[in-house]
Amino acid sequence: MQEFLQQVVSGLATGGIFASLALALVLIYNAMGLVNFAQGEMAMFATFLALVLIDHGVSYWIAFPLTLAIAFAGGVVIQRVVIRPVERAPVLTLVIVTLGLATLVNGMAGFLFGYVPRSFPSPFSAQTVNILGALASFQDLGVIAVSGVVLVLIYLLLQRTTLGLALRAASHHPEASRLLGIRVSWMLALGWGLASAVGAVSGMMAAPILLLQPNMMQTVIIYAFAAAVLGGIESPLGAVVGGLIVGVTVNLAGAYVPGVGGDLQLAVAFAIIIAVLVLKPNGLFGRAAVRRV
Amino acid sequence: MKFLRQAPARYALVLIVIVFFVGLPTVVTSFQSSEWTQVLIFAIVIMGLNILVGYSGQISLGHGALMALGAYTTAILVHRYHLDYLATIPIAGLLTGIVGFFLGIPALRLSALYLALATFALAVVTPSLIKRPEQLTGGVRGIELLPPQPPQFVNDAFTAVTGTPSMTSDQWLYYLCLAIALALFWLAWNLVRHRPGRALRAIRDGEVAAAAFGVNVAGYKTLAFAVSAFYAGIAGSLYGLSIGYVSPDTFPVSLSFQVLVGTVIGGLASIPGPLLGGIFTFWLPIVSNQFVGSQDWIPAQVVSVFKNAGPAVSYGVLLILIMIFAPRGLVGLIVSGYAWLQGRVRGAAERGTGHAPPDAQTV
Repeated sequence: MQEFLQQVVSGLATGGIFASLALALVLIYNAMGLVNFAQGEMAMFATFLALVLIDHGVSYWIAFPLTLAIAFAGGVVIQRVVIRPVERAPVLTLVIVTLGLATLVNGMAGFLFGYVPRSFPSPFSAQTVNILGALASFQDLGVIAVSGVVLVLIYLLLQRTTLGLALRAASHHPEASRLLGIRVSWMLALGWGLASAVGAVSGMMAAPILLLQPNMMQTVIIYAFAAAVLGGIESPLGAVVGGLIVGVTVNLAGAYVPGVGGDLQLAVAFAIIIAVLVLKPNGLFGRAAVRRV
Repeated sequence: MKFLRQAPARYALVLIVIVFFVGLPTVVTSFQSSEWTQVLIFAIVIMGLNILVGYSGQISLGHGALMALGAYTTAILVHRYHLDYLATIPIAGLLTGIVGFFLGIPALRLSALYLALATFALAVVTPSLIKRPEQLTGGVRGIELLPPQPPQFVNDAFTAVTGTPSMTSDQWLYYLCLAIALALFWLAWNLVRHRPGRALRAIRDGEVAAAAFGVNVAGYKTLAFAVSAFYAGIAGSLYGLSIGYVSPDTFPVSLSFQVLVGTVIGGLASIPGPLLGGIFTFWLPIVSNQFVGSQDWIPAQVVSVFKNAGPAVSYGVLLILIMIFAPRGLVGLIVSGYAWLQGRVRGAAERGTGHAPPDAQTV
């Protein structure tokens, strides 16, 4: 039982990482109906920038917000330069462009920082604390806490501020919002910036565990896809709940389902994606899609 | 002769291309032929993906996984069951085609975005899935394949033409791939020109309208998936044979990605596009690496990093640029460039005679 609880806690911690990245995916999906295949790579790149800052003697707690700010700016720039010219193009074009972006960013990271895995500092100690009989490390708890804080901040921004209202309006009804004086195109850029910053959080949480290298997020993005799809791809809350469920499920499957082990955990995520898409395409929190023909 | 003279100019072009590819191994080395074998294999799988993406408007980021299936089918049949490798190629194609058909059924319910997601996940998962049944797939080590030897009559014909003592297995594989590629391109050309092609394009451009006109939407979409997978299976089988072994690392996500890049760069919904795409995706990393390596002013350290990162960066940049500026790919660029040139030439001639050039609309 104790071991089981322990697996759940560490599952929640990895789930927190998936949740942040899934949240980033949801933010962009809500802004423009697009799944950003480059989200993981952007997060990885931001984490490398954080490492550069830390290597230059900047303390972690200054490097962290600084990286988020850079990631935000980077997201806005990417939207302006790369995405905006194809904003109205068919989904296929957009998917291909974000894939191109993913390889580009991945290659750039390899070019600038090399492919040797590097350790990344964690602000949380590896010491453990006893909760209800399960030993949880501060590292795990810290990751869970950070993802919780990110979710609350995003929720407050979207639901309680005028800016959040404008963001939501621009994605729900671009034409009407434009008539009301909302700068829709800039709202999309803002959405990309936010997503990029949230993704950077997940990258910085993942790096101490996975070791930082250009392909670090390639598996994490699959789990994040699974999380976003499970939660209903347009729901921020769904992304977080989905992330935690995916984290725990994958961890438990790896520990207890015979034949899964560490190397097939990714297949579990794949199975979740397929099962949700076939059985309940709107996920747990999504609304039924209505299409005008 | 009248038939020949009236044939459209593009028939001549097709003939030139075929002559080029048939004659190539007689003038280049055996190793260079093996490189062009890869080009042909890429052209085959890209053709398959083009039927799916370009003509039916569905997306797959998982064609590397289908190639893996084809390659492993051949490897296992040859290695464990000692089947003739030639017989395994159609088996690999058919098996992968059937799997593609079954993939196409859930794909019917998914929007383009979800389909991209699911197939991308498939491509990522495949290498670890392959490792599992170790008895069958050889696990991480994979399976080695012996280089196939040319049949006697082909060997005789080749040595008679080139005057070399014997035909290498690389050269034989090249001709095998060329024959299969020609057959499959011919098949694709017929497919898209006739009823299925029209139906697929109708579905791509307006599913509801196509259904209203009596097109069997579900049937044609799954058919496109099956045909596309069939191509990928054949290409995978040839891929395994040509590199001499199959292992999980032979089929990384980047392979699926490379195939998609080739499809887009060559030109969606075109028949020559996949050939150009195959040439491009295969040669781009090699040529760019050689170029960077040959430049003295670039430090050696940068060169070594470029070998790893260069293809990714250049693929990424190209993909984005092509999508933004030339969504119809290389073929689109060539066609519009030719039209522009024609317009210039005709315009110059008209200016010479003092007549106004005819309205572009009426030409």
